[in-house]
Amino acid sequence: MNLAFRDIRHNLGRFLLTCFGLSLLLGVVLSMIGIYRGLVADALTLVRAPNVDVWVVESGTRGPFAESSRIPGDSREAIARLLGVVAAGAVTYQSVETRHMGQKLRLYVIGSEPGRPGGPAYIVQGRPITRSHYEMIIDKRAGLLLGDRVRLGRNIFTIVGLTENLVSSGGDPVAFLTLLDSQELQFELAPPAARRELARGEGISNTNTVNAIVARVSPNVKPESVAEAARRWKHLAAMTQVGQENILTRSVVERARKQIGLFTSILLLVSAVIIALIVYTMTMDKIREIATLKLIGAPDRTIAGLIVQQALAMGTIGFGFGALLIMSIKDYFPRRVVLLPEDGLALAAVVIVVCLLSSGFGVRLALKVDPATALGG
Amino acid sequence: MADSTQHAPLIKLKNISKHFGEGDTRVDALRDVSLDIYPTQVVGLVGPSGSGKTTLLNVIGCILEPNNGSICLDGDVVYDNRWLRGDLRHLRLEKIGFIFQFHNLLPFLSSAENVAVVLILAGFSADEANKRAVELLEYLEVAHRKDAAPAYLSGGEAQRVSIARALANRPRIILADEPTAALDSERASIVMDLLRQVATDQQAAVIAVSHDEKIFDRFDHIFHLRDGWLENKKSQAA
Repeated sequence: MNLAFRDIRHNLGRFLLTCFGLSLLLGVVLSMIGIYRGLVADALTLVRAPNVDVWVVESGTRGPFAESSRIPGDSREAIARLLGVVAAGAVTYQSVETRHMGQKLRLYVIGSEPGRPGGPAYIVQGRPITRSHYEMIIDKRAGLLLGDRVRLGRNIFTIVGLTENLVSSGGDPVAFLTLLDSQELQFELAPPAARRELARGEGISNTNTVNAIVARVSPNVKPESVAEAARRWKHLAAMTQVGQENILTRSVVERARKQIGLFTSILLLVSAVIIALIVYTMTMDKIREIATLKLIGAPDRTIAGLIVQQALAMGTIGFGFGALLIMSIKDYFPRRVVLLPEDGLALAAVVIVVCLLSSGFGVRLALKVDPATALGG
Repeated sequence: MADSTQHAPLIKLKNISKHFGEGDTRVDALRDVSLDIYPTQVVGLVGPSGSGKTTLLNVIGCILEPNNGSICLDGDVVYDNRWLRGDLRHLRLEKIGFIFQFHNLLPFLSSAENVAVVLILAGFSADEANKRAVELLEYLEVAHRKDAAPAYLSGGEAQRVSIARALANRPRIILADEPTAALDSERASIVMDLLRQVATDQQAAVIAVSHDEKIFDRFDHIFHLRDGWLENKKSQAA
């Protein structure tokens, strides 16, 4: 006869309500872990999108994501000729804000050369950019459709392709343009400003500037050697793909990562305290029943089992509900929520440990109950 | 009624003392209490509030350790001048049945399960325990409520289930704390008849703490307690 199950069945409504409350709390913990994973995944997705081995940026910088970087566009030719480089492409990165259908639209614009590294790794709908100007590939997160037209700067771009899960570390959807269009968007001045510069004697500035050169390296060559060659002979900063990913995760999103990590830890602590309080209260509610059980000769292990099993059931059901809840609503979050099985299992293990520790308080209380409590009014 | 005192006493208390606190706050709950209770006897424990009735019941029920004296239950020495037997939980399970004023049925178990739980704790299989539980409920004429939760039982039904639970392990000592306090006169009389029947059938001794004067004439003996002293011993049956 399982006393814990019988007691749960007797107070099923209250037990399920408690589990539901706990599930909301654990769901928030799980979603925070998912948001943290999503933040890192978004940052890495962006840097992995070009599918390259070496990043070459302005000397003395760690661009183009951690710092600004500007190098001449023709640096690509120099990098492409380095030993071991299979292909190289020039890229630009910039955040833009525009309006579309009366709504604010923030985009992270990447300019790349069609047919060279730097463009989208894959397109889920539509086609690649085939024209030199005014075509755009955009991520689905922007909420736009194929054929939609978006004004960026002084030009209007037609959406010809869609990508998926490609956003910046700030959560803005990525839009791909041709390098020429992106350079015009980033570096070309509006006519009045251009006239002012001309009047100052500055002349028409050269817009063939890019933020980085990305290169694919032959499988037989170490990316480190290509990066070293770029640093030594081309007087540019260069880093491997691994180095670039490390900069993003340890530098760009580090503070947000720590913030979320700390908040998740606090939430876990709050959850532990709440679980302990619930278990303690559940035990307090059963003092008379526990005293009766002791009086009729129930061993301590039966009473401890009643409390521990209920605490574990509450934790397990609460975690299960919470996980289901977050799984079902995670796609409605404004930023990507990545739920990894190992994170779920780790949280489940933490919940079980917390339940066991919390039930320790309840068991301690129960074992202290005087059987004489059962006697008298 | 046969003279039960021909047998060895089921409960033998000798010079039992129990106090709480020390110095100025010391309260002597039991002072030099000695009594013998024999099989088939139904005895009452009466006295004003604070006289030591519940303390004495707790001492006999192996819940409270006295400070002095000796206790022998069904031939086993439980306490002898500061020596206390170790496995009191097992002793309670095996030899003592408890009946409570407010029944104390476990609210999350059915009537039958409330009885069966004692047997399961004693090592019976679930099937055996359930079978014996139903037999006991039949014996106490409440088997038709075997699946009902305690919340849905009347006061009389709940007390019968409580008695069935107390009898589950066929204990030879039954301790009842105000067993009729929550019942009307008719049901109180029925409960006392049942306790008498159990004492006779199982050769058990029943000790009931009571304030209910209506049932005093149903006891074989009444032990009066006042300020921890056993005042007198009045035999109804003699």
